[in-house]
Amino acid sequence: MWKVIKQIARGGMPSEPPPVGDALREETQRIQGELLAILGQALTIRQVDAGSCNGCELEIHALANPYYNIEGLGIKFVASPRHADMLLVTGPVSRNMEVALRRTYDATPEPKLVVAVGDCGRDGGIFGEGYATCGGVAQVVPVDVVVPGCPPAPIEILRGILTAVQRGRGR
Amino acid sequence: MTPLDIPTLVRLPAALPIRRGVVDASGWQMAASTMAKAGGRLVALWASDRGGSRGTWVCVAYASASGLVWLELPLAPGASSYPDLSEVFPAAGRMQRAAFDLSGVRAKGASDQRPWLNHGAWPADHFPLADRSVPAPGQLTDYPFVRVEGDGVHEIAVGPVHAGIIEPGHFRFSVVGEKVLRLEERLGYTHKGIEKRFTQLPPLEGYRLAGRVSGDTTVAYAWAYCMALESATDCEIPPRAQWLRALMLERERVANHLGDLGALGNDAALGIALAQFSRLKEDWLRVSKDLFGHRFMMDCVVPGGVAVDIDAAGAARLARQCDAIEVELQALRTIYDEHAGLQDRFAGTGRVRPELAVRLGLTGLAARASAQPADLRHDQPWPPYDALAVKVATHPAGDVAARVAVRFDEVFESLRLIRAIASGLPAGSTRCGVQLKQAEAFGAGWVEGWRGEVLVALELDAQGADVRVRRCHCHDPSWQNWPVIEHAVIGNIVPDFPLINKSFNLSYSGQDL
Repeated sequence: MWKVIKQIARGGMPSEPPPVGDALREETQRIQGELLAILGQALTIRQVDAGSCNGCELEIHALANPYYNIEGLGIKFVASPRHADMLLVTGPVSRNMEVALRRTYDATPEPKLVVAVGDCGRDGGIFGEGYATCGGVAQVVPVDVVVPGCPPAPIEILRGILTAVQRGRGR
Repeated sequence: MTPLDIPTLVRLPAALPIRRGVVDASGWQMAASTMAKAGGRLVALWASDRGGSRGTWVCVAYASASGLVWLELPLAPGASSYPDLSEVFPAAGRMQRAAFDLSGVRAKGASDQRPWLNHGAWPADHFPLADRSVPAPGQLTDYPFVRVEGDGVHEIAVGPVHAGIIEPGHFRFSVVGEKVLRLEERLGYTHKGIEKRFTQLPPLEGYRLAGRVSGDTTVAYAWAYCMALESATDCEIPPRAQWLRALMLERERVANHLGDLGALGNDAALGIALAQFSRLKEDWLRVSKDLFGHRFMMDCVVPGGVAVDIDAAGAARLARQCDAIEVELQALRTIYDEHAGLQDRFAGTGRVRPELAVRLGLTGLAARASAQPADLRHDQPWPPYDALAVKVATHPAGDVAARVAVRFDEVFESLRLIRAIASGLPAGSTRCGVQLKQAEAFGAGWVEGWRGEVLVALELDAQGADVRVRRCHCHDPSWQNWPVIEHAVIGNIVPDFPLINKSFNLSYSGQDL
């Protein structure tokens, strides 16, 4: 056990205020502050991979690391759409996932937000539209915010989540 | 040279020994049994519609100690079936089903003829790689899962949308109490028509699509595609480009292993593991972003070489990061090894014994954890691996603990390789021009990605000055390993499935295409 504690102590707390000049970490802190101010409560997200190459999933996973510390903000990925305020959807939407995505959307309680992640979530990206893909997420369910990028950096995904929450409040 | 005595075999111009040849139906079957007897592996199976009078060809790739053999069986006009290989190589089963869904050719006599990639989204008589027309979207159909019956047996259906941040797929468990009697997977949910898309892109652009077959393996796929293109165009890339490609491949391996090691600890309820490993992974990705311009190094491997170069300061920074991470990893490995609760979950869980691994064709990292030492970087050391003497990590146990141990060993070896590459980078250019030939051409790329061997088989043809991709088949090692998970979980309890699944960490997108 002491080795575990030693390792934790050695790693320190990466999500502490950053040293001057570390633009990326300052940006994380600023967005985290804004999110708290806007949200003031927990946000639950159901992630749906509707056909991605798994690159976007890697960056969504990274949001949970100690640098971005998304759970520390009260944002939690949940196991069921029925528990979710927001769907975070990656694409392109394959035709084999179209029904599953629609059903997931229908199972999410109102008011619900949808953030489409990645160039493929935006418009199908390099995969385009074809016999096997419907293209972007908006072809299948209503989308509030699009986060472009291939894949978008974690900080951009966090910003997209924040933007959707802001817009949701404005409704 | 190869165990096969096939006069038509011709070596393709590539850094690895890859031979291509034509067989007839009896040669097709003979080759399979000869390969199986000689301890060869089935790497991939696919079909290619070559248009007009040339018709459809069925292709298979085998690996043996002497390299890769790509065999082609032309089907007679009007014929749409070929001899089944799944009796000899069980891994061929799903590949044959996919070949039917995409190209309309059937493995005659195969016991399982259910559709694999076609879930009903396009008509059953439409074959996307053979038909030019765009089909009308159809309704998804029910899939006839195999039912297990008996006292107290019930089914648990999971997916395609999973409870975590995971790719989609469906798992059907038949259980008694907590114990898994049978698991049946249904995949294909992320089928995006990638192989059709390749034919719509210029050959020099295809590397970007290849780099998105499975995002976590972008370097390996881009390298395999570029190797195939360079093979088809007889292009030799500068030594510095070879070394930089290997540098990125090893960095990709480390990034994925760090992520998996953390997730595996987390799945066994050791939360600190996820926090620690994901911190190390983030540090790793940020250095990739700084030095290569992309956290996963997407689009950094390009036809003719690489798109980015590093200077001496960059090379020194890479080496320093390896030193720093190595110290942390040693501490974390001690924590893993000495943690009784963790070892209790890891040891004996999801075991694949070496005999089963051989029988089912388990490949890559998972195979090495079941005492199968195959690793292309060691077995077919193409430049720069011929100068690096890669040490293959293996473990005899075949359980989750073994797959964890192999990951640790491979990270340490990759850190050594990265330091060696960073200090030994040859001088010179990083890219050369690729001249497309105005003729039919074949090329193959074969690379040991972090999960296992990735293969890209490329066919180009020319209409006048216009050179296009006629067929590009991308093969992910997940094809071989997914069916093995169905065996690995038998007799385990349902709550151990996520841990077992994670210990393989297979690609959905890479097999769904």
